[in-house]
Amino acid sequence: MATLEPSAENGDISEAGVRRRDFINIAAVSFAGVGAGTILIPLVNQMNPSADVLALASIEVDISAIQAGQAIKTMWRKQPVFIRNLTPEEIAAAEKVDASSLRDPETLEQRTKEGKKNWLITKGVCTHLGCVPLGAGEGEVKGEFGGYFCPCHGSFYDTAARIRKGPAPKNLEVPEYVFKSDTVVQIG
Amino acid sequence: MSFPWAKEYKPQNPVMQWLDSRLPLPRFVFNAVGAGYPVPRNLNYFWNFGVLSGAALGIQIITGIILAMHFAANGAIAFDSVEHIMRDVNSGWLLRYAHANGASMFFIVVYLHIFRGLFYGSYKAPREMVWLLGLVIFLLMMATAFMGYVLPWGQMSFWGAKVITGLFGAIPLVGEPIQTWLLGGFAPDNAALNRFFSLHYLLPFVIAGVIILHIWALHIPGSSNPTGVEVKSEQDTVPFHPYYTAKDGFGLGVFLIVFAILLFFAPNYLGHPDNYIPANPMSTPAHIVPEWYFWPFYAILRAFTVDFLFIPAKLLGVIAMFASILLLFFLPWLDNSPVRSGHYRPLFRQFFWVLCVDVLILGYCGGAPAAEPFVMISQVAAAYYFAHFLIILPIISKIEKPAPLPASITEAVLAKQA
Ligand code: HEM
Ligand code: FES
Repeated sequence: MATLEPSAENGDISEAGVRRRDFINIAAVSFAGVGAGTILIPLVNQMNPSADVLALASIEVDISAIQAGQAIKTMWRKQPVFIRNLTPEEIAAAEKVDASSLRDPETLEQRTKEGKKNWLITKGVCTHLGCVPLGAGEGEVKGEFGGYFCPCHGSFYDTAARIRKGPAPKNLEVPEYVFKSDTVVQIG
Repeated sequence: MSFPWAKEYKPQNPVMQWLDSRLPLPRFVFNAVGAGYPVPRNLNYFWNFGVLSGAALGIQIITGIILAMHFAANGAIAFDSVEHIMRDVNSGWLLRYAHANGASMFFIVVYLHIFRGLFYGSYKAPREMVWLLGLVIFLLMMATAFMGYVLPWGQMSFWGAKVITGLFGAIPLVGEPIQTWLLGGFAPDNAALNRFFSLHYLLPFVIAGVIILHIWALHIPGSSNPTGVEVKSEQDTVPFHPYYTAKDGFGLGVFLIVFAILLFFAPNYLGHPDNYIPANPMSTPAHIVPEWYFWPFYAILRAFTVDFLFIPAKLLGVIAMFASILLLFFLPWLDNSPVRSGHYRPLFRQFFWVLCVDVLILGYCGGAPAAEPFVMISQVAAAYYFAHFLIILPIISKIEKPAPLPASITEAVLAKQA
């Protein structure tokens, strides 16, 4: 067929006016598109956390030495975790506020395990841009709500590590954890 | 592409003739930065900063490639390898200080280059594309500088990486997965350090490519000039070489003197001492600040402290910070005055200086601790920054009565001499 003009006789044109070549064209280009998209998946996916990074997923911590009013910093998934033994006054202060009035409404009850209200376990990662707030170490400033204070952009957390003032949008995150015994917690 | 009176390349040397007819590279150079490129005769020293930006990029690429020969992109030894460069590698201290201070010099000259464009209206038709490509270069430069600062793996490196990738965490729903994806983990670590190193090496060459487009786009209308009046005849121009090669050469000398003073007498003046403490994921420095050239944008980021209409303060700050730069992409269409140069725009000129002071105030607040009165001052200054571009500039361009323009560049030059 030496002509570019499609001719109806040899079946080049369907009744709807679509050339056979149009179909081949669309099919070939779409197939190439699917191929290109498929190649993109590993190129993007390689950026996600690798297996060894994900493998650091759980730790066990002995908390027997933490006195009421004290806290420790430990490391989980390369991030700090605060384990704090609240004093009765700190518990009372956290329970006094009406949770529904907060930016991220949660009660101390919801943020701790049943019967272990004094054990406040949170990530030590400010929910603003990720600094480590002060307040867990001996002698660090706890801020005007007595919990944690993030010096980076001035976020204040209360004794239940709930955001009270400053730019952070959320309470300090409570990681997944279980009490293995009265003195050992497993985080992650 | 060029003016009709542009000199043609006519090589006398047979070797050059041979080359020209096979690969006309010498012709290209002659037409771009040689006697074949006619340039307005009245350019002042503000027109030096483009070439100086190019020189700064060259310095960064050369010193950077050498540093990469001695640097180890691994969290366990990156900090030590940088100290090894400082103490053990022959002339390592010089190359590292040159690279670190070279980045500051790069931003100084690019900021002055942008300042020139803003005052003389270089962003207006027919040079919009030159301006837009310049902004692309600016964004790439900021990304490169940020990733470079992470490499020494000191406290500021680590926390800078955490805070800046944390910006992406502000995006609703997909934010946190994006941050994890960018870092290749839940906090900056080896994966992040390695990919930042890879990209920090790559991006300057991407910048070099965009600069070629930037200058290509510039050479279509040719350079603007301090009067903002277009070139009308041959007597308005002089050939780039030798006139502006000489003027740029002088400027380059001054630039290098300033650079040498910074490098040899105050190499740590613009840096932060905390970056000489190895990265520690368990403790944040009391006062994290980015490098000085990010301060105005950092101040805008921190200016948002309360939620507004269900949008969290964190997201607002991030949006505002990106918007403060993206806004500049619309500048050619926000300022509708047909007059380019600030010299002939009395009202524009006043507000232009207010904007300059405003940006300096933002810069000061961005480097200060996140406490009062700086937060409040940043809020006012950030609001003014946006008002300048979105409200004041469009109004000025409607109501302003510009001063009479000279009939030509030559007339302006001769009037000055008389
Ligand atoms: C690595 C960075 C850059 C390099 C190497 C560079 C290089 C140059 C050079 C060599 C020129 C011509 C000479 C001159 O007018 O000074 C120029 C012109 C120009 N540049 Fe850049 N530039 C850079 C970044 C930028 C940025 C960030 C902007 C703006 C956001 C920008 C906007 C302009 C404009 C508007 C012109 C035209 C000026 C006129 O003729 O009036 N440039 N650039
Ligand atoms: S990171 Fe904590 S306030 Fe910004």
